Amino acid sequence: MKSASFSPVRGILMLIVAVFFLFPLIWIVLMSFETNGDILRSPPRLFFSPTLHNYVSLILGKLGGGVGTMTVDYMRNMMNSVILSVCSVVVSLILGVPAAYAFARFKFRGGEDMAFTLLSFRFAPPLLVLLPLLRYFQVIGLYDTYFGLVWVYQLITLPLVLWIVRGYFEDVSEDIELAYRLDGHSWLATFFKIAIPLARPGIAAAALLAFIYAWNNFIFALILGSSSVQPVTVGALAFITASGIEYGQIAAALVLSVIPTLVLAIFTQRYLVEGLSLGAIKG
Amino acid sequence: MATLDLDDISKIYPGSRDRAVDHVSMKIEDGEIIALLGSSGCGKTSTLRMVAGFESVTEGTVKLGDRIVNNLKPAERNIAMAFEGYALYPPLKVRDNIAFSLLRDRTPRAEIDKRVGEISDMLELGPMMERYPPGLSGGQQQRVSLARALIRKAAIYLLDEPMSQLEPQLRALLRARIKDHLIANKMTTVIVTHDQTEAIALADRIAVMDNGLLQQFGTPEDLRERPSNLFVASFIGEPPMNLFSAEVAGGVLQVFDNEGAAAFTLPLRQGALPPGSRVMIGMRPHKLRVSEDLAGATLRGRVVTNHWLGDHSHVGVQVGGCFLIAVAGRHVVAPVGAEVGIIAPEDAVHVFDVANGQAIRHGLHDQATAA
Repeated sequence: MKSASFSPVRGILMLIVAVFFLFPLIWIVLMSFETNGDILRSPPRLFFSPTLHNYVSLILGKLGGGVGTMTVDYMRNMMNSVILSVCSVVVSLILGVPAAYAFARFKFRGGEDMAFTLLSFRFAPPLLVLLPLLRYFQVIGLYDTYFGLVWVYQLITLPLVLWIVRGYFEDVSEDIELAYRLDGHSWLATFFKIAIPLARPGIAAAALLAFIYAWNNFIFALILGSSSVQPVTVGALAFITASGIEYGQIAAALVLSVIPTLVLAIFTQRYLVEGLSLGAIKG
Repeated sequence: MATLDLDDISKIYPGSRDRAVDHVSMKIEDGEIIALLGSSGCGKTSTLRMVAGFESVTEGTVKLGDRIVNNLKPAERNIAMAFEGYALYPPLKVRDNIAFSLLRDRTPRAEIDKRVGEISDMLELGPMMERYPPGLSGGQQQRVSLARALIRKAAIYLLDEPMSQLEPQLRALLRARIKDHLIANKMTTVIVTHDQTEAIALADRIAVMDNGLLQQFGTPEDLRERPSNLFVASFIGEPPMNLFSAEVAGGVLQVFDNEGAAAFTLPLRQGALPPGSRVMIGMRPHKLRVSEDLAGATLRGRVVTNHWLGDHSHVGVQVGGCFLIAVAGRHVVAPVGAEVGIIAPEDAVHVFDVANGQAIRHGLHDQATAA
């Protein structure tokens, strides 16, 4: 459905939409190069003398407040985000891809119910389970561990992987797998050599989406971990200090934290859109 | 390459009570080509999938050569199959798709090239060898899928609707070539099709299935001349058999029209059928002769339709309340409304049981009874 001509009205409308959605991002980027004084000036000015001070203090971990210096280990939060997101996605793929294949290929007792139960984790409010979970985690020693958080993150990432990949497996003709098995290959070889490669776009899309969702998670890490395992989303809270809110550093922290997901999203736009729309249709 | 022996096999799918395949038994000889013929949902594909090992066999045994293969994995059965949906490997070129199983068996490169060359020549695949399956038309993919199956040295070859997507001219050509190839290499082959022309052209014997049941397993001639029941009689043949209800009365067969009114009578040999019995009779259109001369005719009627199809005519004749189709090998010069005679040789008439549809006898005069 390509439109025949690129009308100016269409261009203007698209510009408005783009500005509307990009404005917060641009504003944050601008803020990250300003001092707190510039940010809080009223009315705000578009022109200011840019400074790298916010970024420097973030990377060095030294927060220069009005009163004194305090240490904030934001780089460690970055590292935690990477560890938690990557591990969550890997675990979800290992568990979710074979499960998605089973749900797509085999009809078994209670199969649909199981798949739906897993999906329902996506629309149950996390707060519902968080407090009891906190108690359990403290008792069995999972509180404040990567392992515990990755486990809880499965509530977010596993259903996503499962449902998107399942749709892709359903799209691949089963006959291709049967032909491969007739050629003398085992079921397992067929799964790895035929089913997974043919569903690769879906697996990639699901992994990316799962990564973004895991990266953006706030509430699980806030409650189930301390600063040693907390990701950037929670780490940014440290800039709300007793002596004031460090807007500049928050902005810089946000910019840094958005970079990985933004880069991923831009490079894999095509897969993302495909994966999302497919998931929507099939799900 | 091997015999295939289906012994009383049934398939009941989980969650269903009906038998998709219902106590089917067939013995297929080494090197024999058979066709499973029937409309969709008749159980032919389920039967094929049980032979291939994609579906478990609920009851009965499947024997390939002297091995019972019920519990063997598809990979262990040594079966080659062409799928109805082609099932080509999308990332591989046509050439590699065809050579796939040979590559796996570590066949020497020179032999692979030779055999791929032969099979692609046979199926006219030359120009598309370096292309990828997603870019090919349905008919082309189907030929690649056939090539991939036929190139293998397997115990048995299963071809699921192997020529459904081919253009008519190519289909006729390839049908002959494939049949020659199967015979020359003594390949035991099971073809699944809903197209009786294809079944008759390719197969030594045809198994007609309906509703999970094997209706008849015989040569094309058996099915045409000695259909074992009403289903086979009406399923085989184009145009289909003329079917009417009839009753034995006073030494003749009284035939009724659809309303139950007496339409015409056919002569009947003394004692061929018990007097008073109600039967169904069938008459093959190809066996009925249309005659403009009314003198020697068995029946008389008025022409309702008369189509010249280039090399033969389909003539529809109203006899009493009955509508009969006759096929004449010549151009019948009789306008609609003209009175014509129909000669029904005694061997054109088949008699079936009203209650269960089983054939009672084929022909009215001689001693022959249903096989």
